[in-house]
Amino acid sequence: MSAVIENHHDDHHHGPAKGITRWLYTTNHKDIGTLYLWFSFAMFLIGGAMAMVIRAELFQPGMQIVEPEFYNQMITLHGLIMIFGGVMPAFVGLANWLVPMMIGAPDMALPRMNNLSFWILPFAFFILLSSLFMEGGAPNFGWTFYAPLSTTYAPPSVTFFIFSVHIMGASSIMGAINVVVTIMNMRAPGVDLMKMPLFVWSWLITAYLLIAVMPVLAGAVTMMLMDIHFGTSFFNAAGGGDPVLFQHIFWFFGHPEVYIMILPAFGIISHIIETFSRKQLFGYSSMVWAMLSIAILSFVVWAHHMFTVGLPLAAEIFFMWATMLIAVPTGVKVFNWVATMFRGSITFETPMLFAIAFVVLFTIGGLSGLMLAIVPADFQYHDTYFVVAHFHYVLVPGAIFSIMAAVYYWIPKWCGNMYDERLGKLHFWLSFVGVNVTFFPQHFIGLAGMPRRYPDYALQFADWNMVSSVGAFLFGFSQILFLFIVLKTVMGGKKATGQVWEGAKGLEWTVASPAPYHTFSTPPKID
Amino acid sequence: MNKGAKKTLIKLVVAVPLMFAFGFALVPLYDVFCEITGINGKVFQSEYSDELVTNEGRPIALQFISTNNENMPWTFKPSEQVMKIETGKYHTATFYVKNTTNKKMMAQAVPSVAPSNAAEHLKKLECFCFEQQVLMPGEDAVLPVKLLVSNDLPSNIKNIILSYTIFDITDYSDEAMAHNLMDME
Repeated sequence: MSAVIENHHDDHHHGPAKGITRWLYTTNHKDIGTLYLWFSFAMFLIGGAMAMVIRAELFQPGMQIVEPEFYNQMITLHGLIMIFGGVMPAFVGLANWLVPMMIGAPDMALPRMNNLSFWILPFAFFILLSSLFMEGGAPNFGWTFYAPLSTTYAPPSVTFFIFSVHIMGASSIMGAINVVVTIMNMRAPGVDLMKMPLFVWSWLITAYLLIAVMPVLAGAVTMMLMDIHFGTSFFNAAGGGDPVLFQHIFWFFGHPEVYIMILPAFGIISHIIETFSRKQLFGYSSMVWAMLSIAILSFVVWAHHMFTVGLPLAAEIFFMWATMLIAVPTGVKVFNWVATMFRGSITFETPMLFAIAFVVLFTIGGLSGLMLAIVPADFQYHDTYFVVAHFHYVLVPGAIFSIMAAVYYWIPKWCGNMYDERLGKLHFWLSFVGVNVTFFPQHFIGLAGMPRRYPDYALQFADWNMVSSVGAFLFGFSQILFLFIVLKTVMGGKKATGQVWEGAKGLEWTVASPAPYHTFSTPPKID
Repeated sequence: MNKGAKKTLIKLVVAVPLMFAFGFALVPLYDVFCEITGINGKVFQSEYSDELVTNEGRPIALQFISTNNENMPWTFKPSEQVMKIETGKYHTATFYVKNTTNKKMMAQAVPSVAPSNAAEHLKKLECFCFEQQVLMPGEDAVLPVKLLVSNDLPSNIKNIILSYTIFDITDYSDEAMAHNLMDME
């Protein structure tokens, strides 16, 4: 790595550069990890503000706060920003910070590409958000951008949306390539594949999924671009195209994408439960195999998102069973987490609280997913709030709780200070109550038939919608407390030891807290 | 960068355009898959075949549905709502179209079949949906579909719905038309 060769051999404590250029030019995995994490936090707050607009409008039946057109733009941008701006960059940030330290590598394998993959992201979201101020408004066709709604009937800003998705895709692909090259080639001697920490494993699999499906997404938006501007008819029935084809291509990307957003969470939760149970993780190799089988199965279940388009019976049965099959490896993982906690000496620090909530609430989301997998039932549930409840249960107390757990768990390593445990617990309980009050009633109104993506609803759904909105405001505003806790920890606090947590195992805990700017310049010795 | 890392990098960098191309390859793959199975209701033109013709057919009902896409102003309707036909025999159904505007227009009908598993047993010798219709202001026409329902039709199907949606394609460029023609072949 020529980048870390020093000209002054007497000066081995090469620290970060000063000022803004430190962040603009940095090739240091820790700096880039920090950038990714702060960026995703900003996007989380922006996407969250949009969710507040949505829930404020749905607080009561009837139209009160926003125009229906603007409401549609809010649901579209909320989805896109939370997925591509919130969850995915947060996981990439965690990978940047943790993967090199966990495998005893000095940095990521491709540090300059690492800088590039981060710094194109703000531009992608600047373009996407600027569409709010364009004539015709921002994209309004939902985050799934089904054609021809997103082509023939789209606002003119759709072209900017397409370009921003291209940039996001390029960023994710570069990030994923970097992770794979790092893990495959830069492990310290002794870190065998089947001895790798599970977060590293989860990211290795995630990165392969990203490389496989992000180009397909890029292809889908490119076809949209051609349909809109170059007279092709990929998705236009009048010209011999087929709108259902769009859904097949989109969900061929979209289903692996949902595992991209949950596999790293599996890795994080495994570490946290192991640490705070003060026991070895139950079933390490079955955890690895479970993640691998989930990843492979994710490529053969996409059509369960489109049971109602008129698939032949044989296809519906195939996709139903393939989908249900995923419950088996997922069940193995949940079992292993519970078995790890069984008879452990558990303490309930904030990361552990988030991890336990993850196991319980993610399982609820998984079970409603199984209900949706049943074809005849799905015809009833399709496009109702039941679906909204399902994917928010796997994404909010699933992916996002795991990210929060990871932040509390590793922040002492990142900045050398302990977070305020009392505030952390308060944040957890507010979030936990908020999330459930928001999304649990959505199961009820969904089963009762309330369709998603409408700014208004029939009177019989009024009570539960009000409850849901109250929960959403509680959850939303508790995240300001989270921001405060993180800032407070960065500024100061009780100094953390190197190991930080009593039960923590792994190479990242063998270095000082905060982690020095360069770690493992010489590979660690592993017995 | 060490040798191993370079090798991994090259493999992954090659994988990306391949997957991008795969996304586009899904388009013809989808068409081929649908043509073989007939599941998206697109029945393609078939040759006349003596083997399909039989006297041991059974009676079924053929229902017709016509839809105008968006603002397509033409009158478009089947001559009969329901036709009683027999499997294993060629029949001709007709649709009436009229250009109700005062300008020359071009149209394209897109077919669909329900139930979808009937599609592979539907043999269209001739259909107005295989070509475009150009009508002068006020001009009308009777459009034929010549078809046969094979005797292999699953016995639980007693009723087939043929649906056509008519699209205004007057503004489509020649390239779009060429693409369209290629698809319909």
